[in-house]
Amino acid sequence: MVKGIEKYGIPVVHMATVVPISLTIGANRIIPGVGIPYPIGDPLQGEKDSYKLRLKMVKKALEVLQTPVTEQTVF
Amino acid sequence: MAKFRVVHYINQFFAGLGGEEKADLRPEIRDSVLGPGVALKASLGDDYEIVATVICGDNYFGENLDEATDTILKMIEEYKPDVFVAGPAFNAGRYGVACGTICKAVEERLGIPSVTGMYVENPGVDMFRKDVIIVETGNSAAKLSAAMPKLSSLVKKMANKEEILGPKEEGYHERGIRVNYFADKRGSERAIEMLVNKLKGEEYHTDLPMPVFDRVEPAAPIKDIKKAKIAVVTSGGIVPQGNPDHIESSNATKWGKYDITGMDRLSADEFTTIHGGYDRQFAMQNPNVVVPLDALRQLEKEGEFGELVNYFCATTGTGTATASAAKFGSEIGQMLIDEHVDGVILVST
Amino acid sequence: MKLELGKIFIKDLQFKDKTYVENGVLYVNKEEVEALVLEDDKLASCHLEIARPGESVRITPVKDVIEPRVKVSGGGEIFPGVIGKVSPTVGSGRTHALEGCCVVTVGKIVGFQEGVIDMSGPAAEYCPFSKTCNLCVVMEPNGELETHVYEKAARLAGLKVANYLGQAAKELVPDEVETFETKPIFEQAAMYPDLPKVGYIHMLQSQGLLHDTYYYGVDAKQIVPTIMYPTEIMDGAIVSGNCVAPCDKVTTFHHLHNPVIEDCYKHHGKDINFMGVILTNENVFLADKERHSDMVAKLCQWMQLDGVLITEEGYGNPDTDLMMNCHKVELAGTKVVLITDEFPGKDGKSQSLADTCKEADALSSCGQGNATLQFPAMDHVIGTQDYIEMQIGGWAGCVNPDGSFEAELQIIIASTIANGYNRLAARGY
Repeated sequence: MVKGIEKYGIPVVHMATVVPISLTIGANRIIPGVGIPYPIGDPLQGEKDSYKLRLKMVKKALEVLQTPVTEQTVF
Repeated sequence: MAKFRVVHYINQFFAGLGGEEKADLRPEIRDSVLGPGVALKASLGDDYEIVATVICGDNYFGENLDEATDTILKMIEEYKPDVFVAGPAFNAGRYGVACGTICKAVEERLGIPSVTGMYVENPGVDMFRKDVIIVETGNSAAKLSAAMPKLSSLVKKMANKEEILGPKEEGYHERGIRVNYFADKRGSERAIEMLVNKLKGEEYHTDLPMPVFDRVEPAAPIKDIKKAKIAVVTSGGIVPQGNPDHIESSNATKWGKYDITGMDRLSADEFTTIHGGYDRQFAMQNPNVVVPLDALRQLEKEGEFGELVNYFCATTGTGTATASAAKFGSEIGQMLIDEHVDGVILVST
Repeated sequence: MKLELGKIFIKDLQFKDKTYVENGVLYVNKEEVEALVLEDDKLASCHLEIARPGESVRITPVKDVIEPRVKVSGGGEIFPGVIGKVSPTVGSGRTHALEGCCVVTVGKIVGFQEGVIDMSGPAAEYCPFSKTCNLCVVMEPNGELETHVYEKAARLAGLKVANYLGQAAKELVPDEVETFETKPIFEQAAMYPDLPKVGYIHMLQSQGLLHDTYYYGVDAKQIVPTIMYPTEIMDGAIVSGNCVAPCDKVTTFHHLHNPVIEDCYKHHGKDINFMGVILTNENVFLADKERHSDMVAKLCQWMQLDGVLITEEGYGNPDTDLMMNCHKVELAGTKVVLITDEFPGKDGKSQSLADTCKEADALSSCGQGNATLQFPAMDHVIGTQDYIEMQIGGWAGCVNPDGSFEAELQIIIASTIANGYNRLAARGY
């Protein structure tokens, strides 16, 4: 899916827990997720901290979308 | 008994009409056997008749792909063949692409079994091996006689609707299609025998050569984030309660587009996950751990980026075929381009 | 550790007023079994049905399949830490098995992951439990239980019934006795100094709630890689508690009958020296995957293994554990052969695995699970077909009004089980 979208020239940030799969399928901008059942946030830390973490990760995703890359990069 | 009817496709060169100077020849069809068709006819024997030969210049075909395909298909259809044969194209690139294109179209649109032949390095092999049976040939027309028995054997099997065996048995380029069969021994025993051979340094054959995944060039980054339009896509199976699009929980064949206009977060009352591959309790309690709408809305309000597209796209990633995933990406990408989206956050579980 | 496995071959199952075995027939006291299941107040109702090979019968949604076994001597109890005493460990002495019959747990689905067993017709070719006599335990949860509470109740019920039936085998004279032995590491290495030392890396499904496996009662996501004697597994030291895709769920039956262990013992002393099992898991955090594959490679190197076989359970992200294990173990100097199934799409044209590595140059295929099959209507359904369209392998609209349906092989229990139990394989066309 990542490649399908990116081939139109739209940058895609892939937020995925299993980084090796993300690398295998060819994502270019990768942010590791927290865990498979909850990639963005960590419910085990309580809703408040989970949200803080999510906010931080989404901010980072916006930064990554502004970052030039020449090859597959894990941020 | 009526003879089986075969239509044959060749280019201007094999029809004896000329070389490069005739490569812009428009498609035509003749009620005769031409060029390699003579050898094909001999190899097929008396029960088969080559009822017509289609001729088209390689350049004309390459430059008028859709139109030439439509024209040629109409010509072929009138002759009601049982089997369609193109080439062989050996190592001629444009000819190979033409043979592959026509065979694929004849199979898909006319439902007539088709076969062609090419040298392994012909670009047509990689373009069409998944769609069309391509007999392995040498790199030039001098190798025609070696390819002919394989070609005619496949034509006969197709005409009689007999089972076509594997690429090794029949002599065609492996299509990369994974087909089930019952082996003589169970998987564990075959694995141990493979290991014993690997340890001895003897030959062993893997059941699955490791694939090579293709790559795309990284897209240019967003220049002005303050004006950027951002979209969210997920393979984590987040859908409205009730799964209105009936997306499968494994090996999905479709994706959904779900409106988030006016929502500050994804509510667990309205959204759930149907992904069949992970512990769903967390995403069911709070779908924002997969589609981070709450955080995106806050950042949107704070002016950290321009705007969020008012829907998200979702499918299930579990065991979903890479071809389906590529298709979803392509469809979603086209839609997002039309929306002038500048960047995508894609979340996978 | 040495285990004698005495097999009593069961040809038929029948209900009677007493539970016992005679002339290859297992007679079952229905009331006693139902009462045993209903001891758990999480379950509201239970009824038993028998399904025999060749009958026009479909069983679905199937949760687990278990072979009845009993410890005769050597200490310990079957399914230690789950329904048997956790101590002492199992794997020694003598065990009796009622081979040819199984307990099948059936009931309303907890997720999408329960499957189908057809006792005849085209799907029967793909399922090992189409060839066994099955005692189906059909359960209903008591009210609206949370899914994982219901899953646990159903899991324990199945194990308890298998244990109850196993007791009937305790005093019997087996039709056949097989002996399996693996010695302590130095002795075992010295026993066949000229043969390559081979191990088995057994990856347990451990993806979280409803996707767990138990090792002596420990939830497998909490383990770090460890060493086992193969015979411990034959006594039920590993129990399935997961609902992954039906086709490659390793049922509790398949733990008891692990084909890699059975076949390694067949080669033991002939062309390999079978050193034992390295147990590991498939967790959802990347750090776990990294740490555990490092540890697996370290154990291979520490045991000086020349070669290993690796199996996985499930597909998708566990393919990453499989490839990390393969890559790191090969780098540590141990040769690897992988055993797994494939998911290349209905047309077989997509990639078979979610992850790859270049060291994975020897792989034994267990078939491709996306291929579709027509399932004819059956005279009788044990359980319900209500969920077919939602179960993995089904899709909206796949069921016809007469009860026949089309689905991927994925929906059949253990059809492409990724430990090599079946002869099904896939090849390139």
